[in-house]
Amino acid sequence: MNDTKLETINYSLYYGKFRALKDISIKIPENKVTALIGPSGCGKSTFLRSFNRMNDLITGVRTEGRVLIDGEDIFKIDPVALRQNVGMVFQKPNPFPKSIFDNVAYGPRVTGLNDRQKLEEIVERSLRSAALWDEVKDNLGKSGLDLSGGQQQRLCIARALAVEPTVILMDEPAASLDPIATLKIEDLIHELSANYTIVIVTHNMQQAGRVSDFTAFIYTDETRTGQLVEFDKTKTIFTNPRDQRTEDYITGRFG
Amino acid sequence: MLEERLSEIAFFHKAQAQSLKREHLRQKIWLGLMWLVGLITVSILILVVGYVLVQGGKAISWEFLATSPKGGISGEGGISTTIATTFYLVGLTLLIATPLGVGAAVFLIEYAGEQSISSKFLRVVIGVANFAVEILAGIPSIIFGLFGYALFVSTLNFGFSLLSAALAGACLVLPTIIRTTEEALLAVPDDYRRGSLALGATKWQTLYRIVLPAGLPGIITGVILSVGRVISETAIFYVTLGGSYHLPNSIMDGGRTLALHLYYLAMDTRAFDKAMGTGAVLVVMIILINLLIDLVSRKLTAGVRKVR
Repeated sequence: MNDTKLETINYSLYYGKFRALKDISIKIPENKVTALIGPSGCGKSTFLRSFNRMNDLITGVRTEGRVLIDGEDIFKIDPVALRQNVGMVFQKPNPFPKSIFDNVAYGPRVTGLNDRQKLEEIVERSLRSAALWDEVKDNLGKSGLDLSGGQQQRLCIARALAVEPTVILMDEPAASLDPIATLKIEDLIHELSANYTIVIVTHNMQQAGRVSDFTAFIYTDETRTGQLVEFDKTKTIFTNPRDQRTEDYITGRFG
Repeated sequence: MLEERLSEIAFFHKAQAQSLKREHLRQKIWLGLMWLVGLITVSILILVVGYVLVQGGKAISWEFLATSPKGGISGEGGISTTIATTFYLVGLTLLIATPLGVGAAVFLIEYAGEQSISSKFLRVVIGVANFAVEILAGIPSIIFGLFGYALFVSTLNFGFSLLSAALAGACLVLPTIIRTTEEALLAVPDDYRRGSLALGATKWQTLYRIVLPAGLPGIITGVILSVGRVISETAIFYVTLGGSYHLPNSIMDGGRTLALHLYYLAMDTRAFDKAMGTGAVLVVMIILINLLIDLVSRKLTAGVRKVR
């Protein structure tokens, strides 16, 4: 097994009185792609947001248990610093209403970097890593909103990379994209996994199979409380799941 | 059987066709009425504006615009000092009202809803603030004038002055600026905020680098609306700015805005033509301001329009 990058220990999350996640313990390996799969409303996106404390922004959220990054309790880290280390890509591409350059330079700028030359280097490197450079290099002043959906999503990935995170969380990053744009994003995820720990939420079984090294199946019953059913190498989950519910879900018997 | 059914269907179709004819006619009548009502409304507007512009246009000359009023019952002189005073007052009022209004709106929208504000006392304060903005927006301007007279002119001893008038005027336009800014902030997609926070920006950085620029068209619209309000209000400045037709030398001097001058000309002098001329200048200014609002919101929203 690989080095553990992210870990939760008996982690539970409540929205007010409602328990959304129950006793999840998982060790997410470093520089691998881990997919979170499960039926709608099982809490996989909520779980994903736990790693960069975006749930903090929601009124009435309370957690139990521990979440660790590199062995350190994330609730003891300043959320702003944590989010510079744990980047996030959202379901709907959300570039800022700014130029492509300013979108990518945003993260470095908020950390206080204003050296134009340095920023240019970072923007180019990030756009190259996000496989977008060749398409936009002559139009860096163009608004990020003028790009196609797939390009916008890669811009958002470039924007996340520019802050030099070690972890990238992706919440159904291809859900609003067409099949070709989706394939590009998947290729990109595969490339990025050499240097980044990636956790991706997906509804799409084939996608989980294609992009991930490890898969966690989160399941919920009528209580609507999400629990971790099974976590293993993606290959194992897809070919030889231990739990009947995992098998039912993978084979499309429900969900 | 079959024939019976067929004739039934034929009858039904006939009835349908007749009904359709009737509905078409009805639609035409209503459409005609709407047109008529629309035309009447537009005509009234054009009549008022046109009358003032045509009548007032006769009085307008370079001399009229560039010389100061001479005072007296005959209403001699031009309107130069009143134009200048109008600009002074607009500037000073907005200098006071814009930071206050935008700040209040930012607090109410961006911070007041936050979970960190869990204290009951603060929540009550926020509730009262929201309610107060609502009420303030509906209060007649003369009440603000009265308040301004009592507090600024009299109690604080600022006298009839630009300062008194601008402070009272700021109270008047504050609700406008707060409301338009609030709407502008609410229109900024939460995706932008989340995107910024997820990149490790602080709330304040998110606010001034992303949210405020995205909401700028709305905020500017509120400010320009307020400019129009200050230009056209009369009563509130009657009791705070005084009536001096001289050019104010400092913010402690009184003066006369165009609207106020128009009132004085119409009520205290025989120079009705000059009142009309002043009115025409006022109308042109308001039209220009409305065009400006249109232009600004179109120019600035062009970049934000396509959220997806």
